[in-house]
Amino acid sequence: MLAILLAGLTFGAPAGATPPDHDHAPPQHWSFEGALGNFDLAAVQRGYLVYEQVCASCHGLKHVHFSDLAGMGLEPEAVQALAAGYEIRAGRDLSGAPKYRHGLPDDAFPTPVRPVGVKEGVMVPDLARQALIYPGGPDRIYALLTGYSAPPAGVPVPPGLFYNRFAAGRVIAMKPPLHGGDVHYEDGTAASVEQEARDVTIFLAWVGQPHLAERHRTGVRVLIYLLFLIVLLFILKRRIWSHVH
Amino acid sequence: MTGPSSTETDSDDVDAPPGTWLERRLPVGRFLSVQFGRFPMPRSANVLWTVGAMLSAVLLLMLLSGLVLAMNYTPTAAGAFASIEAIERRVPSGWLIRSMHMAGASLFLGALYLHLFRGLYYGSYKKPRELVWLFGILLLAMTMVTAFAGYVLPWGQMSYWGADIAGQALASIPVIGPFLERVFLDGNQPGDGTIHHLFVLHFTLAFAILAVVGVHVATVHIAGSGNPDGVEPDRKGSLPFTPYFAIKDACGVAVFALVLAAVMFLFPDLIIETANYRPANPLHTPTSIEPEWYFLPFFGILQAIPFKFGGLVASAGAVLVLFFVPWLDTSPVRSARQRPLYRASMMGLVVAFVLLGYAGSHHVEGNWLLIARCAALFYFFHFLVLMPLLSRREKAALKDVS
Repeated sequence: MLAILLAGLTFGAPAGATPPDHDHAPPQHWSFEGALGNFDLAAVQRGYLVYEQVCASCHGLKHVHFSDLAGMGLEPEAVQALAAGYEIRAGRDLSGAPKYRHGLPDDAFPTPVRPVGVKEGVMVPDLARQALIYPGGPDRIYALLTGYSAPPAGVPVPPGLFYNRFAAGRVIAMKPPLHGGDVHYEDGTAASVEQEARDVTIFLAWVGQPHLAERHRTGVRVLIYLLFLIVLLFILKRRIWSHVH
Repeated sequence: MTGPSSTETDSDDVDAPPGTWLERRLPVGRFLSVQFGRFPMPRSANVLWTVGAMLSAVLLLMLLSGLVLAMNYTPTAAGAFASIEAIERRVPSGWLIRSMHMAGASLFLGALYLHLFRGLYYGSYKKPRELVWLFGILLLAMTMVTAFAGYVLPWGQMSYWGADIAGQALASIPVIGPFLERVFLDGNQPGDGTIHHLFVLHFTLAFAILAVVGVHVATVHIAGSGNPDGVEPDRKGSLPFTPYFAIKDACGVAVFALVLAAVMFLFPDLIIETANYRPANPLHTPTSIEPEWYFLPFFGILQAIPFKFGGLVASAGAVLVLFFVPWLDTSPVRSARQRPLYRASMMGLVVAFVLLGYAGSHHVEGNWLLIARCAALFYFFHFLVLMPLLSRREKAALKDVS
């Protein structure tokens, strides 16, 4: 009864009365959806490549450490190599200019301070939990990355913004990030815009909930254990009470 | 390994109570045997009588998981969110402990409401159990404060703006309001001081709750457990707690654990507000600020009243009125099973409570305003009008019979 009450209360979240100022993102099929969802770690790793080579120039992964990436199936050596590819601020030299060093596995991902080509006053979102907190979730992230197009006739687009029918207000400050062939996939997957968008969305979903698969796996085991326990306890209860009924 | 002299004194001491060395000095075994072994339970106590055991179990779970979290948490505005991220991402099994604590909090409040309505339905607050009830309502109030304080600690957007609203609510109290707000926030807006206050409050109250639970259980054990018919002693007689009710409690706790596991491992979306994974941003007010589901009925009452202080009085009053229940309902008939009108009104009360929750989640707009006002009115009508009226009627009827 509690569960029903609970479900009812949380699902009864307020539905916006005003129509959204963007197109509805078509629902995609993701392997991590649902109570038993799982991650395709090969896709997560491909998605990381897209993040590293395309997104990372502007977007950070705050609070994520390089060593956390071991969770997407990387060996310690691979994590070390990957971390070394990043420049980490390490104080200033005698003349006051900032010094940099190569990243180490225990370092956090650096957040780009003033990304190149980003205008003053534009807020660049951090991507660590973006798949969780972005309204519309992974479906809309994918739709957004593949949704750039020329504006329909008569729709003005302010300078410095781009038309994207899935963005809030149908315009977005981020220039089209993916063009196809932005990365070279080691596993031979063709790097089309759709493939890159899909992979990087899966990576963002993974980095937003890195323990999702483990959580589901543990959950199934715990539930099976508890079900057995409950059956045994109920049998015991019937036996104990058989003298009095 | 006792020396000859001590053996001598032990055997010579004719006044010494029987039992082992420990038992003669600290009668733990006797205490457990009297209070939890042979303790007589009414035979007709039903499944709702196991909710207390569920609550005790989840309280222990909350204390243990909370200790682990507290060891890894930084109570500062700059460090809180990062430390939660570290717990979720890097602390070994941190994600497990935290999801346990979050799901546990929700189910704790859920079970508490079930326990509360059980008490109201079966008249568990009546003579000789007034103190059981008072300590129970005190526990409800303490748990609500603890839950609120805990929700602020991760310092996400909902945490921050929840603290902001609580500060505004305090400030709306006439005369002393602004002072209270400054004490609570430790500044003009939520910040380092607020987090520190709430962290200490959350941590301390958790253990204070444990102590009050001890008193609550002690009062139950002095008055004895009530039964669903409300006629005492139980028509079916009594049975020792162990093994008959210990096994029932074990079944109840196991089912509760199953629900908890299902929520925390497979359906956390039911209880998690994802907006709280955005770090607190004092410059950006979220479009919709909403408390956790277990506060929604009171949030509904708060918003049903057009002016702020009135709403605060009404929603605090909704809890405070519960303290007076033993003196509002003085009818000697305990259980709603024997009171058709009271039973109908109890059903209405549950419906009103749920409706207030829905209204709260819809921000009490449009039709929900009317529904929330009717439900809030009925909530107070049940306690302040119906309870005393029915008591008078039933007392008069019983007088006529005798």
